[in-house]
Amino acid sequence: MSLRAAFAAGRFAVTAEIGPPRGADPDAITRKAELLRGWVDAANVTDNQGAHVRMSSLAGSVLAMRAGVEPVMQLTCRDRNRIALQSDLVSAGALGIPNVLLLSGDHPRFGDHPDAAPVFDLDSTQLVATARTMRDEGVLASGREIGARPGWLVGAVENPFAPPRSFRARRLAKKVAAGAEFVQTQYVFDVEVFAAWLARLRDLGVTEKCKVLAGVGPIRSLRVCEFLRSGVPGIHVPDEAERRLRGVPAARVAEEGVSMCVETIQRVAAVPGVAGVHVMAFGYERGVPEILERAGIAPQPAVSMEGLGHAG
Amino acid sequence: MTNDARPRPFRPRLGARLGYALHAGLAANPLYARLAAWLERRPRAYRAFTAAERVTKQELFGCRMCGQCALPATGYTCPMTCPKQLRNGPCGGVSPTGGCEVYPELTCVWVVAIERAEAAGHGTDLDLLHRPIDQRLREQSSWVNYWQGRDDDLWTSAPLLRRELGLQPVGKR
Ligand code: SF4
Repeated sequence: MSLRAAFAAGRFAVTAEIGPPRGADPDAITRKAELLRGWVDAANVTDNQGAHVRMSSLAGSVLAMRAGVEPVMQLTCRDRNRIALQSDLVSAGALGIPNVLLLSGDHPRFGDHPDAAPVFDLDSTQLVATARTMRDEGVLASGREIGARPGWLVGAVENPFAPPRSFRARRLAKKVAAGAEFVQTQYVFDVEVFAAWLARLRDLGVTEKCKVLAGVGPIRSLRVCEFLRSGVPGIHVPDEAERRLRGVPAARVAEEGVSMCVETIQRVAAVPGVAGVHVMAFGYERGVPEILERAGIAPQPAVSMEGLGHAG
Repeated sequence: MTNDARPRPFRPRLGARLGYALHAGLAANPLYARLAAWLERRPRAYRAFTAAERVTKQELFGCRMCGQCALPATGYTCPMTCPKQLRNGPCGGVSPTGGCEVYPELTCVWVVAIERAEAAGHGTDLDLLHRPIDQRLREQSSWVNYWQGRDDDLWTSAPLLRRELGLQPVGKR
């Protein structure tokens, strides 16, 4: 099934993440794609994540498609002005990439080229509007017509946990007004805060126009837990989660982290208005099927993506 | 990093209420439009006027002279001092204490903007959609551009409609 089909059918959607390699090795994508194939509706291909140079999300998306996994091509405002952004969006359309995810992007200051120019010519909301206008009206931001229109779904991201929390639902409402059709959230470790945010979205009528995928992922070591709690902007790991991981013998932390992830999926799935989950398993792609299976999410029926070669 | 000329969050030195009040004095009217047109015909006067705007607004708001001022819609907090220059609200990297993702020791400009706008009774401004800026207007006087009516479509009015954002080519000159 594809992401679009899952949304249309109202079926619980599952996306995961594929981080492209630093080198020119296409198999790095293929290997990850094969672990996910048949289990997810689509997989995000990240765009130089963390402002570290990687194979482009466009190339990675094409490789993922070849390996039978539908990509969600991430595209950030960090490295491209509006000319390059629109060009990549047109290219994604031409290559048949079915979904794009448009975001501001991490600042280069913490990447592997802190001396790079941060571009930020558009912001993510403006990029969403630009993309929708290209697709639905067939015109560029300049007003110039494009010939064949791209067909991708337009996605965005939101972090329900970052201050100012009271503004986070309205922030997404702006992106949806600009044209976002689905949203993936930052990691949900605190289901209460997530549910409160979603209730606000329902009040604002946002969930009628935009599918919400809750971001989830396993914390498989105390070191990662520590890192997420202190080192990563925008990630909120509540004390309770930490206590739980510390409460088990060292050898069982990984297992406990996976169990917590499974429970989180089940709990967010019960929140009214949730359309699916986005599983981010940093380097633990092989564990995604187990997590989904234990959460009671059946494998996705194999799709033959037209013209994309073999499918799982 | 103190010599880094790139945008850094700036906490305004002028209260938001005072900002709204002063705006009334600067609001576009035919007289100002004539003044703006006159300034644009006189390069030296325009430069002096722009320099005065720069000094004042840099001191009060950390102005980056984008030439298309967002202050009236952001609780008089300059979004161009955001390291990502986001004009539509904060990114997802704000720290639990409200710190900027890029300069954690400074408060996110949007956290400040939202606080100020809401405290001054202008919270609904934050729902406005801001169109992409026109990079050609940088270093120009935003007051002159405003008085000349070039800011009329800087942001959309409610209800939010995506087709109103970013479609109009900016700058009528
Ligand atoms: S003119 Fe632009 S840079 Fe200056 S205060 Fe206004 S929004 Fe900020």
